[in-house]
Amino acid sequence: MEILVCVKRVPDTAENEIEINSDGTDIERDDLVYSVNEWDNYAVEEAIQIRDKVGGSVTVVTVGDEESDEVLRREMAMGADKGIHVNDEALESTDGLGIAKALKAVVEKGSYDLILTGAQADDGCAQVGGMLAALLDLPYASLVNYIEVVDDKTLKIGREIEGGSQEISEISMPCVLSIQTGINEPRYVGIRGIRKVAGVDIPEMDLSELGLSEEEVAPRVKRLDYFVPEMGEGAEILEGDMEEIAEKLVELLKAKGGIK
Amino acid sequence: MSREIFAYIEHADGVLDDSALELINAARKIDDSAKVVALVFGSGDALNKASEEAAKTYPEVWKVESASLTYPNAEVVRPMLVNLLPKGCVCLIPHDTFGIDLGPGLSVKLGASYLPDIVDIDKVEGDKMVVVRQEFAGQVHTHVECDMREGVVVTVRPGSFEADESKSESGTVVDKSAEAGEVDAKRKFIEVKEAEAGDVDITAADILVSVGRGIGEEENIEIAEELAEALGGVVSCSRPIVDAKWMDRSRQVGTSGKTVKPKVYIALGISGAFQHVAGIKGNPFIVAVNTNPKAPIFQVADVGVVEDLLEFVPVLTEKVKEMK
Repeated sequence: MEILVCVKRVPDTAENEIEINSDGTDIERDDLVYSVNEWDNYAVEEAIQIRDKVGGSVTVVTVGDEESDEVLRREMAMGADKGIHVNDEALESTDGLGIAKALKAVVEKGSYDLILTGAQADDGCAQVGGMLAALLDLPYASLVNYIEVVDDKTLKIGREIEGGSQEISEISMPCVLSIQTGINEPRYVGIRGIRKVAGVDIPEMDLSELGLSEEEVAPRVKRLDYFVPEMGEGAEILEGDMEEIAEKLVELLKAKGGIK
Repeated sequence: MSREIFAYIEHADGVLDDSALELINAARKIDDSAKVVALVFGSGDALNKASEEAAKTYPEVWKVESASLTYPNAEVVRPMLVNLLPKGCVCLIPHDTFGIDLGPGLSVKLGASYLPDIVDIDKVEGDKMVVVRQEFAGQVHTHVECDMREGVVVTVRPGSFEADESKSESGTVVDKSAEAGEVDAKRKFIEVKEAEAGDVDITAADILVSVGRGIGEEENIEIAEELAEALGGVVSCSRPIVDAKWMDRSRQVGTSGKTVKPKVYIALGISGAFQHVAGIKGNPFIVAVNTNPKAPIFQVADVGVVEDLLEFVPVLTEKVKEMK
């Protein structure tokens, strides 16, 4: 099976406090630790497991600047066979639809049975997979947390729905699936694995090579600013040394029925 | 010409989802003078019941009946909506597991802009709409502007708009099944596997000690268990702990886990993404322990402790034992 997995380099929120810059035009990016989007990492692991079961190859693709090369190499160190790097300045200010259009062009340059994305990324939009499927006129399922290969044309899939229940369907290939975290346990990638793929050639493509114009990827949806809203009072932060804080908290818990 | 706004109504066996009463207020905030039409899909008695219920809130209800809609499959609903919706309209959908499945592709097929997971509407001026979204799991907010000329599909975060409970409308129900057409989808629904019950029922607990990513390592969960034991409570968790397979899904609080209603909720190393907070009901006393003072959990907590939970929780557990 030929599988394409779309990945994105994002600030790792588990490692960072996100701060907004002084004029609210962006977040402070200087000290951020970047990594592959968590959902995408599960998608790559799933693709590798499917390939190891039924044969074929796994290609990882990203749309991003020079730095994005590192996430492609990381996913290749995990076991992906090939990488494709779409890099064009015009794509830096595009919206989800623009990214989906670029990915559509990449898909049409190959021949894939299965296209995976992460269910969402840092902006929480959860949109690119669904847009890509619609542009390609392929069947789609989001929030997939189970994949079983039935035959060379059909997959049995599970979608995570409310309350932790699972919606089971059959979907015909080629198709696009967005992958939910927890579908598998992504393998660890060591520094040695990354070194092994450091020299691998990853083809880079710009808009013209994809047959797209700047107008076609001009954003219709634009982020105007970042801000932290005036919230209510929020939590009362307990002050003091740890012993004092713990004492205050125990008194509060007693009063609220938090100690049986 | 006045604006046309459509609201996709979710229902289970004819009982409307809470979002049905919230979308009407989102629509009014976009344009108070717009005609707002409820879209209700399904089959049989459930569809009729849901349509009649929606007509108590919406002035007009378009119902679409098909055996293929007995279970809501976005791959069936989407092409039907493309057949039904007029060009340039606004279509509101709840941002839940169904809306996420339906929305992005719908916007492409309609040639409309897409605004996912909005929490508020800032303003509408001419062809531009500005909405409020969150990024980085709620750590920052953004204003997002979109071009409405070709229409817009908006998914609205559940709970962001107040529900209109007035039921003051007596809307007309119009059968649009013929116009929607029949769809042979390449994704066929088979069944829903219900979540398994776990060893402990966290929905029945009065005191929950809940752990999140900040716990760091699987063996550190013991620290939370010791606190829970001292308090007479139970340990629950947020999604990353289940993804890491450190705890069973039956212990997870949130939209993809359980909805809990304790008296006291102690969140240890939980950032407070909306999917997690949405699972905490009944207005409990919430304590948050987190090293990041900007974590969204502090906005919903009553009391906060900005400390490393690995150091603080053992101290707290000792104090509980001492002072009990």
